[in-house]
Amino acid sequence: MKFGVIVFPGSNCDHDAYHALKHVHGIDTSFIWHKDTDLGNVDGIIIPGGFSYGDYLRSGAIARFSPVMTAVADFAARGGPVLGICNGFQILLEAQLLPGTMMANEHLRFTCKFVNLVCQNRRTPFTAEIPDGKILSIPVAHGEGNYYADRDLIKMLEDGNQIVVRYCNEKGEVTPESNPNGSTGNIAGICNKKRNVVGMMPHPERAVEENLGSADGRFFFESALAHIATAT
Amino acid sequence: MQVEIVITLRESILDPKGKASHHALENLGFEEISAVRIGKFIQLEVDTDDQARARDLAAAACEKLLANTVMENYEIRIPDSTSN
Repeated sequence: MKFGVIVFPGSNCDHDAYHALKHVHGIDTSFIWHKDTDLGNVDGIIIPGGFSYGDYLRSGAIARFSPVMTAVADFAARGGPVLGICNGFQILLEAQLLPGTMMANEHLRFTCKFVNLVCQNRRTPFTAEIPDGKILSIPVAHGEGNYYADRDLIKMLEDGNQIVVRYCNEKGEVTPESNPNGSTGNIAGICNKKRNVVGMMPHPERAVEENLGSADGRFFFESALAHIATAT
Repeated sequence: MQVEIVITLRESILDPKGKASHHALENLGFEEISAVRIGKFIQLEVDTDDQARARDLAAAACEKLLANTVMENYEIRIPDSTSN
């Protein structure tokens, strides 16, 4: 089993993702440079957080045209598991591998803190191992994490069971107070119709060891491990 | 020829930067300014003398990369043709 972590100029959570995969979960992992056109023989892809291309124009707008993204789109079209975290989520939106768009946080401040998440779809390669009803403590760190979708798109996402995680309070209630950025419907992460492409603003790779404040992020990687083990 | 592009958030979309700036202007006493919307200004240098061609290229660039048409509108201006 092998994972690839895409590296753009300006990615800064690539090593965190690598550490979570390789050192914490023992998965053979390699970095894939944005100019590569071949992903190699990987079973899963992580598009990490950061500020690809300085977030010039719009977050993710330039990265989506990097040569490697054609290979990522092909991999996703074949059903390969792809997880976009933070800037990786923004890139997936710009690449139209996921629907909707990202705006500046409603309060305009960069937000870096632990939030509570409730998983609403455990039928994805990255969430199947999250215990039912578990409230996850995972950090966010972003200035543009305000997920925007109009009414029609929200209905489509809800009908298709494509909302994967929402911001909630410590009781698991999805409240306006627990929304850190103004996202429509407290949405923190979504998936595509086939459920193999997942994007989320919170950083599971920053919460994989208790001494980091939480190990709840492990569920996402353990899910990927279990998914790939059963698929191969 | 030079082509100018103005990108603005769609009317239906909340503009947090514009809203915050408007609030600051209100605090500074600019009571007659009733709304602020913040967008982007992009200048292109296009190697053609054909205005229609320049507009088409700029529109294609907006659709492909420069604007996110889910949430933004764009307007293309050719300064020479509007200066008189």
